[in-house]
Amino acid sequence: MSAVLNDETKKVLITPLVNDNPITLQVLGICSALAVTSQMSTSLIMALALTMVTACSSAAISAIRNHIPSSIRIIVQMTIIASLVIVVDQVLKAVAYDVSKQLSVFVGLIITNCIVMGRAEAYAMKNPPLESFMDGIGNGAGYSLILIIVAFFRETLGSGKLLGFEVFKLTKDGGWYDPNGLMLLPPSAFFIIGMIIWVVRQYKPEQQEKVDFKIMSIAHGEGGHH
Amino acid sequence: MPNQKMNCAHLEKVCVALEKYESYRKFKAYCIKILALGNDSLEKTVAVAVALCLVCAVLVSFGAVALKPLQVQNKALDMKKNILDVAGLLDASSDIDKAFSDNIEEKLVNLESGEYVSDMNIAEYDQRKAAKNPAQNVSIPKDKDVAHIRLKAKVAKVYLVKTGGAIKSIILPVNGYGLWSTLYGFLSLDADGQTVQSINFYDQAETPGLGGEVVNPNWRALWKGKKVYAESHQGSLEKGLIEEADKGEVALSVIKGVVDNARAGSEYQVDGLAGATLTSNGVTHLIHYWMSDEGFAPFLKKVRTVKGGQS
Repeated sequence: MSAVLNDETKKVLITPLVNDNPITLQVLGICSALAVTSQMSTSLIMALALTMVTACSSAAISAIRNHIPSSIRIIVQMTIIASLVIVVDQVLKAVAYDVSKQLSVFVGLIITNCIVMGRAEAYAMKNPPLESFMDGIGNGAGYSLILIIVAFFRETLGSGKLLGFEVFKLTKDGGWYDPNGLMLLPPSAFFIIGMIIWVVRQYKPEQQEKVDFKIMSIAHGEGGHH
Repeated sequence: MPNQKMNCAHLEKVCVALEKYESYRKFKAYCIKILALGNDSLEKTVAVAVALCLVCAVLVSFGAVALKPLQVQNKALDMKKNILDVAGLLDASSDIDKAFSDNIEEKLVNLESGEYVSDMNIAEYDQRKAAKNPAQNVSIPKDKDVAHIRLKAKVAKVYLVKTGGAIKSIILPVNGYGLWSTLYGFLSLDADGQTVQSINFYDQAETPGLGGEVVNPNWRALWKGKKVYAESHQGSLEKGLIEEADKGEVALSVIKGVVDNARAGSEYQVDGLAGATLTSNGVTHLIHYWMSDEGFAPFLKKVRTVKGGQS
């Protein structure tokens, strides 16, 4: 493997998992992370779809990066991303109809997912296609990792199941577990992502954000200095 | 790798062959010229935009067209699944196509006369498409359009579940406007054309968690055993919100709040969806519309008399 993957490729594949995770560090792509994580199966499909779109769009944008006029740069990126998203949506409708019905608008909303645009603008516009593709895979994997963790907690605690299989026997079926209804609602994903961010930043203090400004004490504040 | 090389060689051959044509040479020269231009020149901006749009359009339309047959198949299968579900015959382990063809008979019904239509191709008839086709639809007069659907097909596709020749349940397609969207679903009735077996909505875009709860199995289970037509006079409910019904008129309604089973007339009432009054009203309206003389009432009358004649 190491002969195939050079250092840059390895870096773009591995750093987005923890060190530069799009969700926990950059706090991008939160909206879909809230919406689709109440079940593991939808999360997995969403993660796969986003990873494919990010990787392919980054590679395509990178391939033509030297010929993209800067005045229409964003719209060019959007066109490529949108086309790929439509193709992914069509494929899902053809091969995984039930899942595509559950994901409904969220597949279409990959177009507006900040991670895809962010990687296109930040990485693919300046780097060769293969590295850009790997960067897309890496960031998609970082997003997937968080989605899977969140979905794991939400599905097990919220419905006592994992991937549809029973984990805890529910009280309504004569078991012992009374499901936590909050876990099925989007706000619970906020709490879980918040806790993941807290754990990661405890473990890696360099990710903690520096304080942008300090509020001056009143004794020093001479009228109008804010 | 060798495959790739072959592809390259093949491509080169195509290129050499194309070289014979004047317009190809011109096109190639133009491409080279454009690629050499500064990125921010107007000509290159336009050329890149046009080329990108062409490539993306081809990609998207190719994907859509190539996958269409699979999608259509999925949709048909999903529809069968919904019909089996509302008939109470959905079994996760069994084959949907087989369960459908074994148990369910499709019939076309002329809504006005209530008679079966036999001179049309059932398999190809799509009631939702027909409702939009001027040759096959009728516009509903405003004062009768309680479900706010404006147009309906003249011929409806109903599904009969039969055991040993006798009708076990009648599955009727219904649709009507809720809060945001038109709800499409099926209502399944006993052979008496009066007692509800089940209802489900397969296409709706109501607020998830509120009106979207029309698909909730717990709420759908409340419909079982309810009666459609009043067997005696039913007074109006909730200060006139829901109209009174004389004997024989449609009385089944989704009320506000929870049904008190001890109260008279509770067999015509279904619990409202909390926080979704407009969706609940929409469901009431679509039931009232489709069960009236505008909808399936003539057909249900025929079914009842035929059954009476047989027994």
